[in-house]
Amino acid sequence: MNNTEKEIQNKPSKTLINVDKLNLYYGAFQALTNISMDIYANRITALIGPSGCGKSTFLRTLNRMNDLEDNTKITGEVKLESTDIYHGMDAISLRKRVGMVFQQPNPFPKSVYENVAYGPRINGIRNKAKLDEIVEKSLRQAAIWDELKDRLHKSALGLSGGQQQRLCIARTLAVEPQVILMDEPTSALDPISTSRIEDLALELKKDFTIVIVTHNMQQASRISDNTAFFLLGKLVEYNVTETLFSVPQDKRTEDYITGRFG
Amino acid sequence: MSGIINSGSKALANDRISKRIKSAIRTDRIMTVVFSLVGGFFLALIIALAAYIIIKGFSGYYPGLLGFDSDGIGNQLFNTVYLVFLSLLISVPIGVLAGIYMAEYAGNGKLTKFIRISIESLSSLPSIVVGLFGYLVFILMTGMRWNLMAGSLAVSILSLPSITTTTEDSLRSLPKSLKSGSMALGATHWVTIVKVLLPACLPRIITGVILAAGRGFGEAAALLYTAGQSTHINWNNFDITSATCPFNPFRPGETLALHIWVMRTEGSLNPNSQEIADFSAAILVIMVLLFSLTARIITARISRKQLGNGKDKK
Repeated sequence: MNNTEKEIQNKPSKTLINVDKLNLYYGAFQALTNISMDIYANRITALIGPSGCGKSTFLRTLNRMNDLEDNTKITGEVKLESTDIYHGMDAISLRKRVGMVFQQPNPFPKSVYENVAYGPRINGIRNKAKLDEIVEKSLRQAAIWDELKDRLHKSALGLSGGQQQRLCIARTLAVEPQVILMDEPTSALDPISTSRIEDLALELKKDFTIVIVTHNMQQASRISDNTAFFLLGKLVEYNVTETLFSVPQDKRTEDYITGRFG
Repeated sequence: MSGIINSGSKALANDRISKRIKSAIRTDRIMTVVFSLVGGFFLALIIALAAYIIIKGFSGYYPGLLGFDSDGIGNQLFNTVYLVFLSLLISVPIGVLAGIYMAEYAGNGKLTKFIRISIESLSSLPSIVVGLFGYLVFILMTGMRWNLMAGSLAVSILSLPSITTTTEDSLRSLPKSLKSGSMALGATHWVTIVKVLLPACLPRIITGVILAAGRGFGEAAALLYTAGQSTHINWNNFDITSATCPFNPFRPGETLALHIWVMRTEGSLNPNSQEIADFSAAILVIMVLLFSLTARIITARISRKQLGNGKDKK
């Protein structure tokens, strides 16, 4: 693993999230075993692996969404900029810094405007002019302002799937997080919407750090800087994307990438 | 040779299949007719009932029936609306909060199951029993005379379970992704409930409130010994503490439903009692229909705003 770490660190970037010996249990079942990895700022980190390997579970430990499930237990440490996210801060503040986009687009049954303004509003911003500004900025960042600027006050549920997903991204951006977690954001979408969102992710990484779970290896190799391969709850290999896909160091990684299973 | 035999047995098989299909289609058509007849029956029943009551009520109309004296039902109409309003004021907040608790905070243990059984039993209590309970607690124990407030409390007991159950069911039927989406933005559980989940349930909760209000409009047995059977109010009196002020909730107040009963029994000394009773029934039916219609319009408007008018063109 040492060579790999050096290779990643040769690209100038600081560690934003540090995961150390993370274990997660759902009751008696161990879903994650001894995960240790660093996530680098302003990079896209892809998490790949077959169904049930724990990649989505791992993603959810980064913004403590697992807390919402009953009976989960975590050991180990996850640090956001050197602060332990489980013991050093509360989940609410954490989620304002680490946002999430889900697999199925889940806009609220409200207008487009109200969806995007939701985050800022609960953060206490009441000034209408300020909210208007934030809504426009977030929709622009999500590359969907032109399509929606004339129907801001119409229901978000009238949009197509791809538009809804970009709206959900805008909604996440409105809170101005540092990290955006994406849990298979394009698996429910058509190829054109998928490529739009991939372009969006590449744009966003200039200002944000992105961690994306994907079952689509082409997607991972297209857009990510670093890739982590998970299998049965363990982190098998973590490397610069190009390297992981061209010269995987672990046989299991090679088998997965070449399609021998999963 | 074998070709001929095969096509022969194939033809037989095809024949059996097509007979089966024809029989299935015939059954389908018959059942469609049956369902339409049942639906039509209900429609006819409601129309006949409503029409009979309204026509009979209005056929005996005389000017002054809507008046506010002992020959008219104006006071009773006001009492009914006021009482329903008061009972909703009590049962909606408590019911919605209870529903939120059951859906979002309660675990799955024995206590929760017990609470659920209690709520369900509360809704099946006979209303006369609730009325007598109300008489005991709100009248005898407090030492007060019959009053509207006691009546609305009794009605609240009856309508509380339906509001609680409606709220809980509609919250549980929401997709979990709604809650996840809100919590992932850094909202607390309570903010998520108030700003995302409840608004999304609003149409269904309003429907539950209509049902509760309908209960209040028509309730008679529970009000017999709580709200009382008399109405002496002076519309010129604005002193809310006075016993004859219309807006004093602690005065006795007879509602329309009870008025019908009174007019047909004790009040039959009044020469117009028959017309008054019939007219009261007609007004009651019309009010319930109006209330239902208004609430449906409001619900449809909210729904449209939330869900959009159908998908936009891409």
